[in-house]
Amino acid sequence: MAKAVDRFKRTPIAEQDPNVRITNFDEVCLGYTEEEAMKEAQRCLQCKNPLCRPGCPVSIDIPGFIKHIAEGEFAEAAHVLAEYTALPAVCGRVCPQEDQCEKTCILGRKGEPVAIGKLERFAADWAREHGIKVGKTKPSNGHKVAIIGSGPAGITCAGELAKEGYDVTIFEALHEPGGVLVYGIPEFRLPKEGVVKPELENLKRLGVKIETNVIVGKTITIDQMFEEGFEAVFIGSGAGLPKFMGIPGENLNGVFSANEFLTRNNLMKAFRTDYATPIKVGKKVAVVGGGNVAMDAARTARRLGAEVHIVYRRTENELPARVEEVHHAKEEGIIFDTLTNPIEIIGNENGWVKAMKCVRMELGEPDASGRRRPVEIKGSEFEFEVDTVIMALGTSPNPLIASTTDGLQTNNHQCIVADDLGRTSREGVFAGGDIVTGAATVILAMGAGKQAAKGIDEYIKSKNQ
Amino acid sequence: MQLYKIVRKEILAPNIFSMDILAPRVAASAKPGQFLIVIADEKGERLPLTICDYDKDEGTVQIVVQAMGSSTRRLFEFEEGDYLKDFVGPLGIPSKFVDEDIEELKKRRMLFVAGGVGTAPVYPQVKWLHDRGIEVDVIMGAKNKELVILEDKLRAVAGNLYVCTDDGSYGFHGMVTHYIEELVEKQGKEYDECIAIGPMIMMKFVALTTKKYNIPTIVSLNPIMVDGTGMCGACRVTVGGETKFACVHGPEFDGHLVDFDEALKRQAQYKEEEIKKLEAYECKVEEARE
Repeated sequence: MAKAVDRFKRTPIAEQDPNVRITNFDEVCLGYTEEEAMKEAQRCLQCKNPLCRPGCPVSIDIPGFIKHIAEGEFAEAAHVLAEYTALPAVCGRVCPQEDQCEKTCILGRKGEPVAIGKLERFAADWAREHGIKVGKTKPSNGHKVAIIGSGPAGITCAGELAKEGYDVTIFEALHEPGGVLVYGIPEFRLPKEGVVKPELENLKRLGVKIETNVIVGKTITIDQMFEEGFEAVFIGSGAGLPKFMGIPGENLNGVFSANEFLTRNNLMKAFRTDYATPIKVGKKVAVVGGGNVAMDAARTARRLGAEVHIVYRRTENELPARVEEVHHAKEEGIIFDTLTNPIEIIGNENGWVKAMKCVRMELGEPDASGRRRPVEIKGSEFEFEVDTVIMALGTSPNPLIASTTDGLQTNNHQCIVADDLGRTSREGVFAGGDIVTGAATVILAMGAGKQAAKGIDEYIKSKNQ
Repeated sequence: MQLYKIVRKEILAPNIFSMDILAPRVAASAKPGQFLIVIADEKGERLPLTICDYDKDEGTVQIVVQAMGSSTRRLFEFEEGDYLKDFVGPLGIPSKFVDEDIEELKKRRMLFVAGGVGTAPVYPQVKWLHDRGIEVDVIMGAKNKELVILEDKLRAVAGNLYVCTDDGSYGFHGMVTHYIEELVEKQGKEYDECIAIGPMIMMKFVALTTKKYNIPTIVSLNPIMVDGTGMCGACRVTVGGETKFACVHGPEFDGHLVDFDEALKRQAQYKEEEIKKLEAYECKVEEARE
């Protein structure tokens, strides 16, 4: 007799051993087998009023796809997902599920919530590996739409519009499409060849054209796009500008933005000696910040052979990174120096980093974000010897498009102002994702891309009535 | 029509070559002062290069490159009819004068100082001004006669062209800075603005020289970059005590405010890696020969 499923305990998932994975860039999580996925899916209570679903920014029918997995109908599970998300293999890997769907899963009250993300990933991977084609396209309606940026917002918006029969062209500034999925998130968390490329191939299969090496605002303007016959433009150019702390010594050699460090490694493949782009890692690295990007940079530096410290001004409880990333980072030997804040970077006589001056912090009263504000402990200054400092303090939107497009309203954070359907202050121009919200998550950008596709569809239909 | 075809290639001097690349979108939007990024092949790096010329009708953009490091030497191997993998631009903010009043510009006495392959990006600026009836003085410097490039092209658009060589094998014997002194002190020339483009060290000394004469000076910086769109921040430079990104805030800055010593150090950041890559490249070339 089959052993009864323990409802409150998650089916374990295979991962690469930490000692092995710090020597390679292969994916850490190996994913569920069919049996494991079915076992995990059978834990789902199939709630009549599922609490998980409202936790999902794109309202995926979570019990619906999980039920198919539980019954071994994996292709059907993928079809359910495809109705709601263009990138299930990506979201299953990078969504902060513990703050979304899994947070509200009823099983979480007494035990562990269903591994919704891991099951989403399973269904998407299974469909891809078995050549299941998902998504249907309506006949062409002849209307041209331009999408700026091929990250999660742009991909989703393009996919939705292509399915409706629009003639969609994506313009990408870099030489590879994918946006943050390609330049930002490392291989060991999101494989490029195995996962990201096939998603982009799917998009092309829907008829979407992708033009790389086009910097909107430089190579071509939005006005020129309208002249070229595009009836609507969606801006999904993301939040790509790195922030620095503004402390002395930040321009010393050996101080990098996480964006630079990750772009060199991910997009330019600097970890491979057969690629021309160099990367510097040093022997002892301090990564300043506590988000997912900080974890990505730290774990990348570890894999390149360095001793790595995360330097974060609050405590571990406030780390904005996903729990899984923090857990993986610790397993890989990343040292967490919390309640620590850098105040100066000290260089040697040749202009290279030799140490970082820090102060100890303690938590005070809660601030506007609801988190307790870190306060400096007087007289706690100390020097911390490092040869590389990576700043992972967040990013802000690139002002390039807004500054070259007349009539496009932005707010004081350089974000483009857009409503729920992505409509901006300029007719025919829509926007969504990080360019509107400031740096956020893949899934929120996808949600915005999807909404904007609705907005664009309505706009073009009403105009052509 | 396939993009990024090398329509013409010309050797201008030992290890210095020009290429006309088919890239109609870039050709249509390029302005003086801007730059672009090239990736030669699948495993190549993003290489920021200056724009020497552009032909909107033909849809081509001309780059001038000195084969020094492994990536520029790899690029040198490409021949007419070959294709570059990627070609993106124009990047950076165009020269300020592009948006200025032409009548005002006609009154301005401008001196351009070009050093080495920095002569290439000076050309479209001088040409743009010449096309609008503005004549400017140009000093161009090279190590020796062999390395003097684009002389005829530049002579055709410059008011006065002065050539200097370090070894005296052609033109004035001395550095471009010496010739600035010569023009200002001995020939009594007066300038309202100087625009200097060349190696970082040359721009540093030009800025020091023009500072003596209180000539406002613009330099075009060429620091290390990855994306060229403001994403990586590798091109950080201190200008007047503030950190700027050369790719999006520049590449042109007030030469009297740039912290050249920091910029010089930052430019050497990947020197070790570059030496290794160059050695590996030379080994490969050697093997291919055998």
